[in-house]
Amino acid sequence: MKTVWTIARRELASYFTSPLAYVFLVIFLLLSGFFTFTAGAFFERGEASLAAFFAWHPWLYLVLVPAVGMRLWSEERRAGTLELLLTLPVTTAQAILGKFFASWVFLALALALTFPVVVTVNVLGDPDNGAIAAGYIGSLLLAGAYLAITCMTSAMTRSQVVAFILAVVLCLFLILAGFSPVTDLLARWASPSFVDAVASFSVITHFDGFQKGVIDSRDLAFFVSVIGFALFATGVIIRGHRAG
Amino acid sequence: MIRIENLVKTFGAKRAVDGISFTVERGEVLGFLGPNGAGKSTTMRMITGFYPPTSGRITVGGYDIVEAPLAAKRLIGYLPENAPSYPDMTVRGFLDWMAAMRGLEGEARKKAVARVVERCFLEPVLEQSIETLSKGYRHRTCLAQALIHDPEVLVLDEPTDGLDPNQKHEARNLIRELGKTKAVVFSTHILEEVDAACTRAIIIDRGRIVANGTPAELRAMSALAGAVTLRAEGATEEKLAALGRVERVDGALRVYPADKTASAELTRAILELAAREGWKVESLRVEEGQLDEVFRRITLPDTVRK
Ligand SMILES: Nc1ncnc2c1ncn2[C@@H]1O[C@H](COP(=O)(O)OP(=O)(O)O)[C@@H](O)[C@H]1O
Ligand SMILES: [Mg+2]
Repeated sequence: MKTVWTIARRELASYFTSPLAYVFLVIFLLLSGFFTFTAGAFFERGEASLAAFFAWHPWLYLVLVPAVGMRLWSEERRAGTLELLLTLPVTTAQAILGKFFASWVFLALALALTFPVVVTVNVLGDPDNGAIAAGYIGSLLLAGAYLAITCMTSAMTRSQVVAFILAVVLCLFLILAGFSPVTDLLARWASPSFVDAVASFSVITHFDGFQKGVIDSRDLAFFVSVIGFALFATGVIIRGHRAG
Repeated sequence: MIRIENLVKTFGAKRAVDGISFTVERGEVLGFLGPNGAGKSTTMRMITGFYPPTSGRITVGGYDIVEAPLAAKRLIGYLPENAPSYPDMTVRGFLDWMAAMRGLEGEARKKAVARVVERCFLEPVLEQSIETLSKGYRHRTCLAQALIHDPEVLVLDEPTDGLDPNQKHEARNLIRELGKTKAVVFSTHILEEVDAACTRAIIIDRGRIVANGTPAELRAMSALAGAVTLRAEGATEEKLAALGRVERVDGALRVYPADKTASAELTRAILELAAREGWKVESLRVEEGQLDEVFRRITLPDTVRK
């Protein structure tokens, strides 16, 4: 556990030694503000909730999370430091978790900086703060799922750009499987049970409950399994490279 | 400390390492020589647990690197090829982190960092970020990292690559010094380093060991070894031919004895002949043999590999 923390500490610190981290935070906050207040018609809705805020997160994260996670492994491979890291007395699992947690903490920080939105709704009205908390938990899990997928694509290649594109494509699939225009289209040809089966792989379907303030154990299980599976796959890929 | 048996590593159809066995004990510095692509780095990556072997066995300090990787890795300090490090960290930050990863805490960690900083002459660049360092400093930073936990086993992949002559000299001295108390393996394709730092050397080519011995033993494998070179006024090839095969080199005459170990007898015979014939001897030298000649003869250059 200590080793995981030591790895995470270095990774997290390296976000802040480059201006990129600050640029990212600013872009994230600006975009989430834009989507919420302008595109989400926050004020016109006349209701004190953060539905407009959370609804955009699957799309907002689609680009931002891969940007945060893309270098995790590809940069280590490109610079040759992977050899340094994995010949230390650490297990592959410790290294994977350390890096994942560092980026997840960074994303959590970005999310935490959106607190003025919470303050705003509380000033304007009387929102259900329990539902807002559930929304934040769901949003963090959503970011974690995208991030784990990005870890996996990052382990596949030396190129951060390739890792980014692969991650965006995979995450897009996870959105589209449950995105209503797509499910409506599918429903014209396929049986409803098939459409439901496809949609059950979507982050949209599972994020929905959190937005409404409901924490369902199946939704929790979904995000935890996506994270677990993607991180496991990361381990397989990293070991695979070395097996030759 | 390091025991390797029948080590094999294949990449697809290519056998990068093809049945290598050797051991290195404490107090030894083993030079690992070979042309580029011989399999030196691949072997070292297997010793340090980065690549799993295709077959064969490696133990470090008695721990199998595949079955007990963490215990084995704790004993090893490793300088990978090209000395990688995290460019955005400062030298101090990097060494401190490496020490933390080695389980060193508090005062012990500070001491460890201070010790390697002194040993690798990093004081002037301690607060500089690694990306701004010259190649020599970057190399030494990575070497310092390998020494941070005072390991019993050191694996150094081309530790003098990219250093200037003074730095090379320092690095060799350091390796020799470290070899007194540790088991050291280092790879190189620079032959002078064998004499400068090794107690023993292995030459590998296309994944196989083609020679293994002390620097003197390797030199004795040279065709030149045991030959006597004479520079003398009046000396002629015809007269010397009775003693062995004669060759003319830059105005001197070189006699190869039939038996390499008989160079003392040959020297005596040449001196007697010179005295009898009244040659004016300017110099007489028994050749030790040249490593590069041995190296060239038993390894193939990449250009003819395919
Ligand atoms: N990861 C790898 N994948 C495929 N081939 C490799 C890999 N690493 C090394 N090789 C091949 O194995 C051979 C030995 O390489 P290496 O151990 O780096 O040689 P050396 O360090 O002696 O120059 C080379 O032909 C190289 O191309
Ligand atoms: Mg090499």
